[in-house]
Amino acid sequence: MQEGATDPQLYDYAPYRGRKKVVWPGGKTVAVWVAPNLEYYEIDPPAHPKRKAWARPHPDVVGYSHRDHSNRVSHWRMAEVMSKHGFPGSVSLSVALCQHHPEVVADGAARGWEFFSHGIYNTRYAYEMSEDQERTIIADSIRTVRNATGQTIRGWLAPALTHTPRTLDLIAEMGLDYTCDLYHDDQVQEVKVRSGQLASIPYSLEVNDHYGFFVYNMSGREYAETLIRQFERLAAEGEQSGTVMCIPLHAYLIGQPHRIGPFEEALRHIAADGRAWIARAGEIVDAWRAQA
Amino acid sequence: MSLDPGYLEYPKRHHGYDHDLYAWSALHERAPVKWPQGSVAVWVCVSLEWFPIVPGGAFAAPGHMQTAYPDYRHYTARDYGNRVGAWRFLDALAKAGARASFATNAAVAERYPELVRAVLDGGHELIAHSTDMNGTIDSSLAANAERDLINEAMHRIALASGVRPSGWLSIARSQSFKTLDLLKDAGLTYCCDWVNDELPYRFNNGMINLPLNHELSDRTIIAVQQQSADSWAQSLEDAFDWLAAEAVATGSGRMLPIHVTPYIMGLPYRIAAFERLLERLAQRSECWFARGDQIVSSWEAQQ
Repeated sequence: MQEGATDPQLYDYAPYRGRKKVVWPGGKTVAVWVAPNLEYYEIDPPAHPKRKAWARPHPDVVGYSHRDHSNRVSHWRMAEVMSKHGFPGSVSLSVALCQHHPEVVADGAARGWEFFSHGIYNTRYAYEMSEDQERTIIADSIRTVRNATGQTIRGWLAPALTHTPRTLDLIAEMGLDYTCDLYHDDQVQEVKVRSGQLASIPYSLEVNDHYGFFVYNMSGREYAETLIRQFERLAAEGEQSGTVMCIPLHAYLIGQPHRIGPFEEALRHIAADGRAWIARAGEIVDAWRAQA
Repeated sequence: MSLDPGYLEYPKRHHGYDHDLYAWSALHERAPVKWPQGSVAVWVCVSLEWFPIVPGGAFAAPGHMQTAYPDYRHYTARDYGNRVGAWRFLDALAKAGARASFATNAAVAERYPELVRAVLDGGHELIAHSTDMNGTIDSSLAANAERDLINEAMHRIALASGVRPSGWLSIARSQSFKTLDLLKDAGLTYCCDWVNDELPYRFNNGMINLPLNHELSDRTIIAVQQQSADSWAQSLEDAFDWLAAEAVATGSGRMLPIHVTPYIMGLPYRIAAFERLLERLAQRSECWFARGDQIVSSWEAQQ
C-alpha cells in the first residue's frame, strides 16, 4: 500500500457491472468456502502500545474460557457437522495452536482442511512491528504450519485483523498468494503489491458469526437464515460471473449447542442447492487465476 | 518503528495451556458420564442479587447503578427480582418438578429471609454469590482483600441461611489468578465461573468447575442481544435437542445450564416463556432437572 496516502492504493476500481465472466468448476455459480478460525488467546499476554488484549484485568475468565470452549468442545462439534455435509475448512490459524493443542490442528488436517496464518496468537498484534519483525512472524507461520501439517501456507488473515502498511507486500514477497483482509468485493480481486502477485479472496465480516451474534445480535436461527439469503443472492448473481461466499466461523460461537442445529440446516441447504462449488480457499484462488 | 523484542518472544508456547490452572482435555476423549436419570442434566441456576444504591467494588457488576446518585430506577428495578420475579421462578420450578440452584448474595440471605427459606423449602440449593453486587473480584483486588471478601460472604450466608454452600459463583464470573485457591481454602467444592466446557472438570488445585454457559443466559440473549423471551426459550430448546441427540451419539450424558435472573426473566411479559420451557423439558424423557451440587456429586462419583 501507499503509506500515508489518503487512498492506500490497494487495488484499482472495477465496476460490478460488465465484468468478465468467471465460471467455477462444474459450471457452478458461487464458490462457497468455510473459514473456521482456530485460535489461541493467551491468558496473560504482554501489553501492546496500541491495543488491549482483554477488556478485563487478566485473567479475563469469561473472555479466555469462552475461547477455550473451541478447543475443548465446540471445534469437534462444528467440524463433524462440516464434514457430514461435505464442507472442508480453510483455517485461519493462530499458529501457536500447533504447539498448545496440536490435536485440534491434526483433526483439521485429517479432514483435508487447508491452513493459512492468522498470526502467532490472536493476542499478539502486528501494529508498529518493524519490517524485520513482521517478516519474522510470517516466517514463523510458514515454518510452524509446515512442521505441523506438511502444508505450505498460501494465505494470511492478520492476527486480530492488525496490520502494518507493509503486510500485503511482505506476504506476497514471502510466497503467499492470497489475503483475507480486504472486504471490498464479492469476487476474487487482484491486489497491488511491491512484487509478485496477491489475490484478495472475499472473507466476510458481515456474515462472520462474531458479527452475527455480537454486532447484529442474531439468534442462531436468524444467523442461519442470513447465511441462506447471502447464498441465494450470490448464487443468482454468479450466473453473470462467478461469486464467492465465505462463511467465517469461531467454534466457540457457532458450536454452542443452541446454534449448531440451525447452522447445520444452512449447510444442508447450500449443499443441496446444486449451484455451490464447495471448495478450499486455495482452490478458489487457483480457479480464478486460471481465468484472470 | 518497532515493538519491544520481548513482544515476539513466547515463553509459554508449548503443549497444553499457557497457565497451570487446569489441564488440557477435549470433551470427546473423556470417559462417558451417566446421570442418575435421563441423558441431559438440566441445571437451572437463578441469581439472587442485591445491588447497593451506592456502587463499589473492583468493577461495576453487570446491571449495576447507571445514573447519578441516587439511581432509584436501577436500584428498584433490580430489587423487583427479589420481591416478585424470584417468587414467580419458585412457582414455575415447583410446577415443573424441577430442583434448581440459587446463586445468592449473602446480603439477600440477610435481608430477605422469607425468600431464602422458600428456596430451601423447595428443595433447591444455595450457591454462594459473594457478599452483594459490590463484591466483585478481579486481579486489581489485593490478595488479603479478596480472601476477606470470600470468607465474609461464606460466613454471612451460612449465618443467615443456616446452610454453608459447596458451590461458588463469582459476580460476572470474574476471578483473579488467586481466586481458585482462596475458594478452596474457604472449603468450597466447586465454582461456576469458567465457561470453557460442557461438563464438570477438575482444576489442578482440586476445585471442580461446573460450567454455567453464559451464552445461554437470559442476560446474554435478552439483556445484551435484545432477543425476545420466546427467542430465548427457542434457543434453549434447540440446545436441548442438540445435546439430547449428542448424548445418544456419544453414549455420554450432557448438561444444559439455564442461568436466569429474576429481574430479567421474571417480568410479567416474559415469565410465561420460562414456564413453558420448563414444562416442555419436564415432558422429555432425556431431561434430568438437577441442582449444581447433584451434578457435581454424580460426576465426581464416576471419576
